[in-house]
Amino acid sequence: MIIALIYVAIFVIAFFAVRFIATFLSHRTDFTSLKTVTFGDESAVRADRRASVISVVAIFLIWGAFTGSSWIPRFLHAPGPFVGDGSFEYVVKAPDGSTDTSSVNWRVEVVRGEGEPIAADEGDGFALGDALMITKYRSGQLIWDKNDEFTRKDGALVVEINGTPVDFDPNMRDDNGNLVQSKPRVKIDNGTVTFTDKGALSISPNEGWQMEPIWLPPPEAVWKRLIEISSEGYQNSTLWEHLGLSLFRVVVGFVLGALVGIPLGYAMGLSNWFRGWFDPIVEFMRPVPPLALIPLVIIWAGIGETGKIILLFLAALWIMTIAARAGVSGVNITKVHAAYSLGASKYQLMRHVIVPNSLPEIFTGARVAMGVCWGTVVAAELVAAEVGAGMMIMVASKFQLTDIVIMGIILIGIIGYGIDILMREAEKYLVPWKGRG
Amino acid sequence: MSGLLIDDVSMRFELPDGGAVQALKNVTLDIKAGELMSVLGPSGCGKTTLLNIVAGFLAPTEGQVVLNNATVHGPGPERGMVFQQGALFEWMSVRENVGFGPAMKGQKREAAERVDHLLDVVGLQDFKEKAVYELSGGMQQRVALARCLANDPDVILMDEPLGALDALTREKMQSLVLDLWKETGKTIILITHSVEEALLLGERLLVMAPRPGRIHKEYRLPFADMGVGNDLREVKKHGDYNTTREEILAMIWDMEEEIMGRAEGAGA
Ligand SMILES: Nc1ncnc2c1ncn2[C@@H]1O[C@H](COP(=O)(O)OP(=O)(O)OP(=O)(O)O)[C@@H](O)[C@H]1O
Ligand SMILES: [Mg+2]
Repeated sequence: MIIALIYVAIFVIAFFAVRFIATFLSHRTDFTSLKTVTFGDESAVRADRRASVISVVAIFLIWGAFTGSSWIPRFLHAPGPFVGDGSFEYVVKAPDGSTDTSSVNWRVEVVRGEGEPIAADEGDGFALGDALMITKYRSGQLIWDKNDEFTRKDGALVVEINGTPVDFDPNMRDDNGNLVQSKPRVKIDNGTVTFTDKGALSISPNEGWQMEPIWLPPPEAVWKRLIEISSEGYQNSTLWEHLGLSLFRVVVGFVLGALVGIPLGYAMGLSNWFRGWFDPIVEFMRPVPPLALIPLVIIWAGIGETGKIILLFLAALWIMTIAARAGVSGVNITKVHAAYSLGASKYQLMRHVIVPNSLPEIFTGARVAMGVCWGTVVAAELVAAEVGAGMMIMVASKFQLTDIVIMGIILIGIIGYGIDILMREAEKYLVPWKGRG
Repeated sequence: MSGLLIDDVSMRFELPDGGAVQALKNVTLDIKAGELMSVLGPSGCGKTTLLNIVAGFLAPTEGQVVLNNATVHGPGPERGMVFQQGALFEWMSVRENVGFGPAMKGQKREAAERVDHLLDVVGLQDFKEKAVYELSGGMQQRVALARCLANDPDVILMDEPLGALDALTREKMQSLVLDLWKETGKTIILITHSVEEALLLGERLLVMAPRPGRIHKEYRLPFADMGVGNDLREVKKHGDYNTTREEILAMIWDMEEEIMGRAEGAGA
């Protein structure tokens, strides 16, 4: 919870900082712009590339800072979890009312069982000094009475920690066996001391602001995983097999969807009968997210390749149908009239006017469809697959291999973005007249 | 008989709400081959409807259009059309646009020379490989004109072809239309909102009246012949030009007033 709050706070601060820096920069360099009306003029709004770079770098900086990344200078790190030695004193009250002061020496080790053990102070009186090893990011429980003359069973109680009086008797229970008193917490240097239900002491070293690697590994861990997996593979397949198979499914599903959807869309745009016949089907299928079809497709076609390709085919089909239909409906009637007046036949009108005129719409549809397919394939692989990007992160998450999960997410994002850029470039090259009609 | 006969054409649009608009009523016109006719009239008087019927995009509810002794049923290459704008194919280069008609007939190769010549005539030789969306509005209309001529139609129909152009470009285009008319001897029907343009580009000038759309008055004018090869501004200095212009302006003004008055009366 605290980590989530910190994260949100950082997110917001970074957001404003980036925005501030970006506006600051653009104000300084934008003197060449002679447009006076820019706010509200959408065409005057260009993605500020500097802002993009800053935002990406900021994300990595935050990521690094909050995971104690070795790629980032130490002074930028968020305070990490405490590692080192600490100690505190506590006072035990014996059943006869006499008290004795004892001490605890505790040490936080980075890896469980690998730290140099810490020694306890001798102590005097009936309570002897204790020593405790704690693993980084964890808390430690101290059975403070195990070496003492009087134990909790005898009625011995801790009444003071580092001079702060505490009032907690684990033997005071109500009829249901619940504790009557609330457990006191005492701040000590580099940590907090509280009690367990049974009255043992629980020592939590300060957690700091960094994320534990099993929640969020530092960037270099993800990078190392990437190198490792791209050379050694994961789950019996190389990284390229995972990603390549996902991409292959997308391409096959999309191409099939386009091959059926585009002619269907044309037919719907040109014929009353087709429009009437398929309208209810298309309008019904359109709002059904492809993910909702996964269970049905698995029942029908199993979890193999066929099922996935059917799913992607369906995801692409409606989008391409609707795009082609819109492309046909969008043809300016004067162009159609002009073509007929110039002696074009129906087929020629189709070939030379309707099809080229609808290409921009179809490209827009194809871009959307590729995006949807890519998202759908990953989701489908999360549910069931033997190879694939989604399967890779799903299996990794079962083993708490957060670095693989994050690496997978980043790769999925990069590939999706790459697909979109490719489609946009193809669009620029193949339909340069888009939006110029 | 070669020529264009508009024979007692009426057009009634049934509206979805049950009403109907009488867009044209008993329009009869006999246009001889090679005539240049301009059509004027207040907005909504049925000019576009008439042209669409001649082009064959609309079938009249009554009457018929006869071209070269054949009744018109649907669009055809013998009736070329120049639209106000937006009718060029932006996925084709200027040259491909101009050559569209011949290409449809499978005569791309044979027509290449004529296309080239027409590009010269409209002054777009240097732009023939450009995309049409890279041209200015006036250039685009010249492409549209050349495209229509490349198909060698008997009749050229123009619906406000110069309406979207600035005054200077418009004047140049008017000269071009006149020159092409004289050179090619085509029958041309040209719809315009500009009285001046109608006077300059009409051997015959048709004034239409609205509700129902009908022919109100017809003029035979000498200015088109005078304008061929001459400075149109000289033509405008002609005394008759100004009197006719005033007369027609007053006529259309009255019609517009009547429409407004009727609209107000209906509203009250
Ligand atoms: N498809 C249609 N359906 C119903 N009414 C129509 C249709 N087309 C035209 N009209 C009506 O017919 C009348 C004549 O229209 P038309 O477009 O021919 O006028 P116009 O003289 O060309 O006007 P403008 O000068 O504004 O272009 C108008 O009242 C119009 O509302
Ligand atoms: Mg009109």
